[in-house]
Amino acid sequence: MNQLNGTKKMKLFKNINFSKLKEGLSKTRENLFNKISETISGKAKVDEETLEELEEILITSDIGSQIAEEIIEKARALFKKETDRSVENFRKIIKEELESLLNQVNNNGEIDLSKKPYVIVIIGVNGSGKTTTVGKLAYNFKKSGLRVKIGSADTFRAAANDQLEVWAKKAGVDIISTNSKEPSAVAFDTIKSAQKDGTDVVIIDTAGRLHTHKNLMDELNKIHRVINNLLPYAPNEVLMVLDGTAGQNAVRQVEEFEKYTKPTGIIITKLDGTAKGGVIFRIIAEKQIPVKYIGVGEGIEDLQDFSPQEFIEAMFGN
Amino acid sequence: MFEELTEKFERILKKVTGQGRLSEENISETLREIRRVLLDADVNYKVAKQFIEDVKVKALGKEVITSITPGQLITKIIYDELTRLLGSNGADIKLNSSGITTIMLIGLQGCGKTTFSAKLAGLLKSKKRDVLLVAADVYRPAAVNQLKILGKQIDVPVFSIDSCMEPVKIAEEAIEYARQNKLNTVIIDTAGRLHIDEEMMQEAAAIKAKVNPTETLFVVDSMTGQDAVNSAKAFHEKVDFDGIVITKLDGDSRGGCVLSIRSVVDRPVKFVSTGEKLDSIEVFYPDRLASRILGKGDIISLVEKAQKQVDEKEAEELQKKILSNKFDFDDFLKQIKMLKKMGSLKSIISMIPGVGSAIKNVDIDDKQLIKVEAIIQSMTKEERRNPKILNGSRRKRIARGSGNTIQDVNRLIKQFNEMQKMIKMINKQGGGRGMLNLKKFGLN
Ligand SMILES: Nc1nc2c(ncn2[C@@H]2O[C@H](COP(=O)(O)OP(=O)(O)OP(=O)(O)O)[C@@H](O)[C@H]2O)c(=O)[nH]1
Ligand SMILES: Nc1nc2c(ncn2[C@@H]2O[C@H](COP(=O)(O)OP(=O)(O)O)[C@@H](O)[C@H]2O)c(=O)[nH]1
Ligand SMILES: [Mg+2]
Ligand SMILES: [Mg+2]
Repeated sequence: MNQLNGTKKMKLFKNINFSKLKEGLSKTRENLFNKISETISGKAKVDEETLEELEEILITSDIGSQIAEEIIEKARALFKKETDRSVENFRKIIKEELESLLNQVNNNGEIDLSKKPYVIVIIGVNGSGKTTTVGKLAYNFKKSGLRVKIGSADTFRAAANDQLEVWAKKAGVDIISTNSKEPSAVAFDTIKSAQKDGTDVVIIDTAGRLHTHKNLMDELNKIHRVINNLLPYAPNEVLMVLDGTAGQNAVRQVEEFEKYTKPTGIIITKLDGTAKGGVIFRIIAEKQIPVKYIGVGEGIEDLQDFSPQEFIEAMFGN
Repeated sequence: MFEELTEKFERILKKVTGQGRLSEENISETLREIRRVLLDADVNYKVAKQFIEDVKVKALGKEVITSITPGQLITKIIYDELTRLLGSNGADIKLNSSGITTIMLIGLQGCGKTTFSAKLAGLLKSKKRDVLLVAADVYRPAAVNQLKILGKQIDVPVFSIDSCMEPVKIAEEAIEYARQNKLNTVIIDTAGRLHIDEEMMQEAAAIKAKVNPTETLFVVDSMTGQDAVNSAKAFHEKVDFDGIVITKLDGDSRGGCVLSIRSVVDRPVKFVSTGEKLDSIEVFYPDRLASRILGKGDIISLVEKAQKQVDEKEAEELQKKILSNKFDFDDFLKQIKMLKKMGSLKSIISMIPGVGSAIKNVDIDDKQLIKVEAIIQSMTKEERRNPKILNGSRRKRIARGSGNTIQDVNRLIKQFNEMQKMIKMINKQGGGRGMLNLKKFGLN
């Protein structure tokens, strides 16, 4: 991780560790495009069977029936016009199509540090990987030479404070975890403390909650308001953590959470397993929220920049 | 209240309504639509495919008896097949009457193992078992502490060994501890692990081999997508489990992953978890989950309820009236009486294909039923037949006579008008055809 050199704007990951992303995704031998090449190889020409195989690959990536159908229809139409009907060319077309879907929203990954502290709030349903991600983010910011402070606003879950404290220690950053039962009060205290000591980045961890519980969602909105009252420009980022193994419900989650505090970015975790996280295609298409990072393991270094192009490249393998 | 699915089914059902026999032709589009419904409920691609194949085989050539529409028939077949695949009701866990019963929980990260182990401990404690919780997750930061706190909440002891990094040893010593302290039920909470993590899977298998649990339960997040088949299969192959626990059903995921898992691993669902609090543990009802996967507009139960409750002749008469837009307050009253036998008013109406979307914004409150009955009973015969004559003074009289406010009476008349409008609309849309379908529900 590079040091901050005088510039006010920075990227969290200056050098995205491309091999690690590939490694993460290819731990699954069945990943999207390897599978295409596996199933299609040996065939020179694309036929209905190929399209059906493509459908299976798309659907099993959790991309959802609608986008899968759209892509296949498009592929079919495009391919009718093509003179080159080789599997090679087919792959190229699909790849471009998927890539353009991911490129619908802009994500330059830049962080504007002209105003301090830069405040990030982490939200998401239960068990999606929020706390772990907070630890990973803190670690990366710290490594970039920034002063980081974590706010432990999960006042519900048993031992949530203890868990986050372990991460703060690992990352070597400050943590504010009062014994308050009021999450918004913890957010308040964290920012106050950050203002006092010139902290660069504040990361607030929140309790996991299902969007079907209105009172818990209201609580989230309150945290947002309290932060915004203290710092009119904040929160700078609301990052919603989605479990990479989740299916179509992830879209519902985003739909509901945004009513209370609108995510500015998505982090998708657990991509070190065999789940493909294809639901982000829907989230980008329907919600226009960019995916910023991906989680590829339980270790503190297992967070990676998300770049549509590289994501697709990695999915293709070689 | 309404799910898009109800609308989808309406579309599907309309297509097959009024045809005498299920054929490849008249159900192919229905099945395609159902396939999409399943996929969007996170049923695995292959599983959905097989399921559709099975349904098709069962449905093809079936004669549609006059009293039931093809749409109802195929829906019923789908629902039954789904329920069958999801498994039998409330499979119990084994509890040894003597000696120690050991229950081990396994699953992916964050699926709800620790919370569930505490819930189960609480449940078994209430059944007079002497329970010991075992903290065998030595990896996740503060996992031991989490379990200790939960144990305290339900007043169940938690066994852990400080700074011991060997889950097998912890489990083994826990059993010994239970024996010495005369505790007859041991629940082992293990760390979440990826099914492709060889080392960690081996560890789980080793714990199991060491303690030989009475029950090993695989805990799954109900929001899981397509990958559920892979993780379930791997856990089953490498550790083997006796039952499944579905968590986070207090959300609005459709839970299709359960069908996926049941299709690749022949193990019953034993419990469901419906909240973060320790008392939200429930037994599993396959029929409920089947409805959930298909959407809340539960056509099936309506089909069944209606079949029991509705007097065919009366329904026919009513249908005629509806078809000629002559539905009046007398009919309304009859309907209410019938409905009261059947359950919640709006929920029932909502389940009717063709009505779902139309009634979406009509506000019908169950608790009002009794009130409504009283109001209509205070109307004269003439007024019931010809609601148009209900002017201000008549309304006032009815209000007084039925012990309600004038606002109540106004509201009912408004609702009635809306209902009539809706019926007219349906008549227009269906050209009377759809009514055959609705008749069966006794709701026209
Ligand atoms: N394999 C893998 N596991 C992860 C990843 N991120 C988090 N986890 C694990 O998932 C589990 C839940 O992670 P947490 O960070 O506690 O999740 P959370 O969203 O804070 O959970 P709650 O606060 O309980 O809602 C833990 O066991 C983590 O180790 C990832 O990228 N890959
Ligand atoms: N809403 C809801 N949350 C749950 C349920 N079961 C567990 N949780 C939450 O999910 C998160 C992960 O649970 P935990 O038991 O630590 O999972 P583990 O990592 O598998 O041990 C915690 O925030 C729990 O409070 C449930 O049924 N409903
Ligand atoms: Mg957390
Ligand atoms: Mg746990």
